[in-house]
Formats: sequence, structure tokens, C-alpha cells
Amino acid sequence: MLIVIGLMFLGVLLGYRFRERKWKNLQGWISGAIFLLLFLLGITVGANGDIMDNLESIGLEAFVITSAAVAGSVFCAWIVYKFFFHER
Amino acid sequence: MKGSLLIALCFLGGVMLGRFVDLPAIFLGEELTLYVLYALMFLVGISIGSDQKTLSALKQQNWRIFLVPMATWVGTFGGMVLISLVLGHRSLTDYLAVGAGFGYYSLSAVFITQYKGAELGTIALVSNIIRELFALLAAPLLVKYFGRLAPISVGGATTADTTLPVITKYSGKEFVVISVVHGVLVDLSVPFWVSLFCAL
Repeated sequence: MLIVIGLMFLGVLLGYRFRERKWKNLQGWISGAIFLLLFLLGITVGANGDIMDNLESIGLEAFVITSAAVAGSVFCAWIVYKFFFHER
Repeated sequence: MKGSLLIALCFLGGVMLGRFVDLPAIFLGEELTLYVLYALMFLVGISIGSDQKTLSALKQQNWRIFLVPMATWVGTFGGMVLISLVLGHRSLTDYLAVGAGFGYYSLSAVFITQYKGAELGTIALVSNIIRELFALLAAPLLVKYFGRLAPISVGGATTADTTLPVITKYSGKEFVVISVVHGVLVDLSVPFWVSLFCAL
């Protein structure tokens, strides 16, 4: 895990050092890597019988978790807005 | 939206392939994924470091702007603590890891798959896709009932790119910089939070 964060940090430094440079098609490479990773994740999921047999409960659990995350965020954002941003 | 569709298609294509085709072991192991993940993180780092708009936008804002990502972090993790008490058949760190995707479904799903297994990884993927979709679809209602910061907080890590147009439209132009800075900070925080909760 340290390797992952270290690599990202290295990228930030490199990107900042050469920020005048046009990084050709960087977003394209990032999208490509993400598509490939999700394709590989898809293969892992598809080959995993336990997951394929429980898709409904997984979807439901994801939905419930998201609702809690969204509700918490909205509540805190509302507080911050009300006390620090509203009168602008 | 086009990006989300493509992502869904890639994922579904993989699922079909994994389900119905006998693949060589290299596609099923974790090594290939890990190396692509390394490459991705390096590229993401470069894109953050070389982005000049973010840095100058950040310099023009006062301290208040940091309260917005703060609200997103605190609110989401607070929600995760509550849901772990209600559902409770997983450990708190599992829920926190899923919540820490903040809508950055690709990265968080891959991370969590790597360290907590494919089931929780899939939950993270679906959960964070729903989060982005919700920010896109509910933005007008969120602004109406909970103020102009609400769609930014819900959008999480996506507010510097995919959900920015919708936020601009419903929260207003004066919230664009806040949205971008929020998106970049939350986006940057995803690998840190997710790896922290996977390690705990």
C-alpha cells in the first residue's frame, strides 16, 4: 500500500516539476488504466460464484451504505452552509 | 455520463467473460491488477501535480473553503459509523473503507478488492456509482432543501470533473472554485483513507 501512495506522490512531484510541459493525452491514459482495471475486476467478480449468486443482496447493501454516506454528508454540508456561507 | 456508461460496460464485459469463459490464470490473479493500479496512481499523481488551475484557485480562497471537504469527510464517516451500528454484520472499517470511496468508484473498488476481497470490492463499486449518480440526479433538490454546498458534498471526489457541470448549474457559478478544490482534495484523500481503513 505504501508503494501505491509513494508512486502517486512521485507523480505529483514530477507533474509539478514539469508543469509547463504539455502532458500528452494524460487523461486518455488514466481512463484507459481505469477501464482496464474495472474490466479485470469484472472478470474477478464474474468468476466468483459466491458473488454472482448474491447480486441482489450486494446491490441492496451498497444502496443502504450509500444512503447513510449521502445523508451524513448532506447534514454536515447544510451546517457548514448555514453558518459560514449563507450570508454571502 | 458517457464515462460512467463506458465504465459500466467494461465492468459488465469482464463479468460476462469471467462467468462464462475459462480464462488463463493471469487474468484471475491479483498481480496484473496490482501493476495496472501502480501505473494508474502514478498517472493520477502527474495529473494533480501538473494542474495549474487548482493551485491558483486554491490561493484565491480563504480558510472557509476547507470546511467543505471537512463536512464531506466527517459527514460520510459519521454516516458509516451509524450504518455499522444498524446493519452490523461487517466490521466498522469495512463500512468506512466503502464510504471512503467518496464516489471515486473505480479506484476505491480496485483498492478494496485488492485488500478486502472481491465481495466488498463490488459493494464499493456499486455504492460509489450510486453516490455519483445521486449527485448528478438530485442536485437541484439538494440545493433547494439543504443549501448550495449539499450537491458538492454528495458529489465527493467527483466534483472537480464529472459532477462539476451539474453543480455549476444548480449551486451557481460562484461555487465552481469551491467545487473544484473540494473535488481535488477529496479525490486525493481517497487512496489515503481507503488504505488506512483496509490496514486497520
